[in-house]
Amino acid sequence: MDYKEQYKLNCGLAQMLKGGVIMDVTTPEQAKIAEDAGACAVMALERIPADIRAAGGVSRMSDPEMIRGIQQAVSIPVMAKCRIGHIAEARILEAIEIDYIDESEVLSPADDIYHVDKRVFKVPFVCGARDLGEALRRITEGAAMIRTKGEPGTGDVVQAVRHMRKMNQEIRRVTSMADDELYEAAKQYQVPFDLLLQVKQEGKLPVVNCAAGGVATPADAALMMLLGAEGVFVGSGIFKSGDPARRAAAIVKAVTNYQDFAMLADLSAGLGEAMVGINPEEIKTIMEERGI
Amino acid sequence: MKIALLALQGDFAEHEAAFRAAGAETLQLRRKQDLDLAFDGLVLPGGESTVQGKLLHELEMFDPLRERIREGLPVFATCAGLILLAERLMDDPTVHLGTLNAVVRRNAYGRQLGSFFHSGTFAGMENIPMSFIRAPQIEFCSPACQVLAEHGGRITALRQGNQLAMTFHPELETDCRAAAWFLREIVSPCKGL
Repeated sequence: MDYKEQYKLNCGLAQMLKGGVIMDVTTPEQAKIAEDAGACAVMALERIPADIRAAGGVSRMSDPEMIRGIQQAVSIPVMAKCRIGHIAEARILEAIEIDYIDESEVLSPADDIYHVDKRVFKVPFVCGARDLGEALRRITEGAAMIRTKGEPGTGDVVQAVRHMRKMNQEIRRVTSMADDELYEAAKQYQVPFDLLLQVKQEGKLPVVNCAAGGVATPADAALMMLLGAEGVFVGSGIFKSGDPARRAAAIVKAVTNYQDFAMLADLSAGLGEAMVGINPEEIKTIMEERGI
Repeated sequence: MKIALLALQGDFAEHEAAFRAAGAETLQLRRKQDLDLAFDGLVLPGGESTVQGKLLHELEMFDPLRERIREGLPVFATCAGLILLAERLMDDPTVHLGTLNAVVRRNAYGRQLGSFFHSGTFAGMENIPMSFIRAPQIEFCSPACQVLAEHGGRITALRQGNQLAMTFHPELETDCRAAAWFLREIVSPCKGL
């Protein structure tokens, strides 16, 4: 199969995940809870971002055995993270037939200059982005899905909001540009002209764009959908809360009915304790600045 | 003609674009009260059947929709939609709507690395784009079903009365002939047009 055909299929899987919630899980048991609660996919990782922050040190790709256990436990797509630029980790994840690789700033970057050339892989990649330039650079490298970076493991949605707002503002700006102005814009964004032209013509990113980083409540998830996200990743927000199954199910429903505020009120009621969360001023490691 | 999209999760926006291109009006179903709106046909989109099936129940849309399908509401189902309609799933006790006399195997081609594209014949129309994404397979179907597409010796699209179901996605490309066929062959006769 040629690259273009494979890439379309990989973008297609992201299209099937739209309107859904992708949940971080660390064990087969958690994966099952997530699937039963209505997750459209799970992200298998050894430690959720909040614990990565707490533990410090270098964080790497998860143990393939642990990922296989999760693949066995659920029927929905299973994603896993590789370090930015870590070609070998990505190849290992492809070899165990992961459904999507997240080349993620949550793990310690393996390469401080280059990302993985994702076009030479058969397996699809999702990457984080803070603005239109980052998103289009990742798409140029072969990412078939984009998510906001947010600031993972904080339970604070402010950066995800900032990134989604910024991306959408820049897309609106590009749609109002004359074609000859796009050359300069392409230079500033460090992206190919043709890709920027496509954004101008379609008024959106050429791949599915989800929200991630700091989503902790049904209202957070609804907020991101109202801002134009096509789906939501929830990391620490679920399994760092008091009643994960209930909170997960409520977030799933909030993403579907993000415009029904009476329903959101019911979904937000009696969920127990949300993850505690930390403010951006309180954290030492700023993950969003990794891999730009 | 007004086509309703089950908009709980999945690629309903792509179906909506295809049906608009084929000349239909569209609306989205996300809540029980949306079922009170008037529509002539229903699309069950691609996505995750586990999510869609669960939300159908929790949002109390399951019983009324099943009733409408049994009463003859035209349905256009792709991938996860086919799984929702199937009477039985292989190696899985789950039954969702169960209105289609077919046995379906989920993720029959394996994980995403088993996904593939094929340009094939659907209902006599050639070169219909067919994306098989973590696609299911139809293991058995009732002789009453009309086979509309096949690939690799397997049935990939079938019709049983008011229900049209396929294992692939025709909606990911701009070709809207499958949607137009559904409007012409199933929805129009049901409306007495």
